Amino acid sequence: MSAALTASEISRALTRISHEILERNSGSTNLTILGIPTRGAHLAYRLAAIIGEIEGAPIQVGTLDITLHRDDLRIRAPRPLMETVIPPLGIEGRTVVLVDDVLFSGRTIRSALDALGQIGRPERVQLAVLVDRGHRELPIKADFVGKNLPTSKLQSVKVHLVEQDGADEVTIEGEDA
Amino acid sequence: MKKHLLSISDLERDFAITILDTAGEMAKVSEGPNKKLPTLRGKTVVNLFAEDSTRTRISFEAAAKRLSADVINFSAKGSSISKGESLKDTAQTLQALGADAVVIRHPASGAAHRLAQGRWINGSVINAGDGTHEHPSQALLDAFTIRKHLAHGKGDLTGIRVAIVGDILHSRVARSNVLLLTKLGAEVVLVAPPTLLPYQIEAWPVSVSYDFDSILPTVDAVIMLRIQQERMSDLYFPSEREYSTLFGINSDRLSLTKSHSIIMHPGPMNRGLEITAEVADSPQSVVVEQVANGVSVRMAILYLFIAGGQESVDV
Repeated sequence: MSAALTASEISRALTRISHEILERNSGSTNLTILGIPTRGAHLAYRLAAIIGEIEGAPIQVGTLDITLHRDDLRIRAPRPLMETVIPPLGIEGRTVVLVDDVLFSGRTIRSALDALGQIGRPERVQLAVLVDRGHRELPIKADFVGKNLPTSKLQSVKVHLVEQDGADEVTIEGEDA
Repeated sequence: MKKHLLSISDLERDFAITILDTAGEMAKVSEGPNKKLPTLRGKTVVNLFAEDSTRTRISFEAAAKRLSADVINFSAKGSSISKGESLKDTAQTLQALGADAVVIRHPASGAAHRLAQGRWINGSVINAGDGTHEHPSQALLDAFTIRKHLAHGKGDLTGIRVAIVGDILHSRVARSNVLLLTKLGAEVVLVAPPTLLPYQIEAWPVSVSYDFDSILPTVDAVIMLRIQQERMSDLYFPSEREYSTLFGINSDRLSLTKSHSIIMHPGPMNRGLEITAEVADSPQSVVVEQVANGVSVRMAILYLFIAGGQESVDV
């Protein structure tokens, strides 16, 4: 096990992503940030806080549970649903930035796109992730990446966040291929 | 994960709370513009109703359809059940149809257990009311409604006091509600004439009163039970009018309740018998909301009990 990202590296990555989101979208007026529970949701609220500070105005932020849209429901035991919180202005016609901790197969993001379609029709959807570890199984790409971590499929990437785990750290566990 | 929902008595407290939390998220979907989820696409749900029911059947049907399951309705009237087919033969027919879940309503207590333990079908069995035994999905939707109004829609029901009023003796709704509400930390008081209380009621984790007026100011929710005329073969009370006077809820009694309290009824209501029209249509009545909550709770039940591969689910 080794630390792939330290607490200060996570913090700097989130600050950089916040600036990138603002730059790409020329500000925050049409922006809605939605995190995928559990850790993506914590990251979404952190990004919203940083962007809110830069812009000097509160940001539309919430959470989007994707469980009911997963494509492995038939083969895996059902899991409890997490909370979906859509901020007051909704997603219709807005730029939605989806936030997750790790981008891996891309299946979670595919489910998230379906879950969004259930709620409304955003003008555009962008994706921000703390870690992109490769091994995509679907044609999905992140717009904002904290760090690219080349890994083997045998390894697992663990994201620890203060809100959930008491400390900020990203580690890679398991052996090299 | 469990495979069958047969009774509240074998449902763990934490899993009951998971069902309520899941139902809360399902309710958000039901409020949105697109009510249909792909979750149970390719699954078949059979509603096997060997006893009359309107809202439970359409509620399960709506829940299954919102989750994209295929629904087959099988009712006693106009089916082979009325020709005397045994439960086993019916079950084997449903198995041949490829049912992933059987939602069963049956006049015999224990029918759902029999169906689950007979091993005639591979799918899940969901008890939608068996005789005078249990009606778990009704208890879950009642708990969901109480939690939404009185406990901010989160956690358990500690500190909430609920009165269940009427025919406790024949009521599977009362039985399941007592088990679930007390499991979730609520305090339950039963109000009924002695003739409509079951034998050995003192063994239940509840208090009992014959004086409705003295109970009303002390409770946060009142669940009125239907006087089941079809089960009233003996004389349990002298007249409907006397029952109504002593145990019915009317505007005078409503004025004794706490202002935040809610009035519930599983339906169908006998307006003028156990509940007057003024109370049924008052702002404190949540009877219509219970029906909407029923769909959300049943979506949660269907999702949690039948999603997932059969091989991955622990029996």
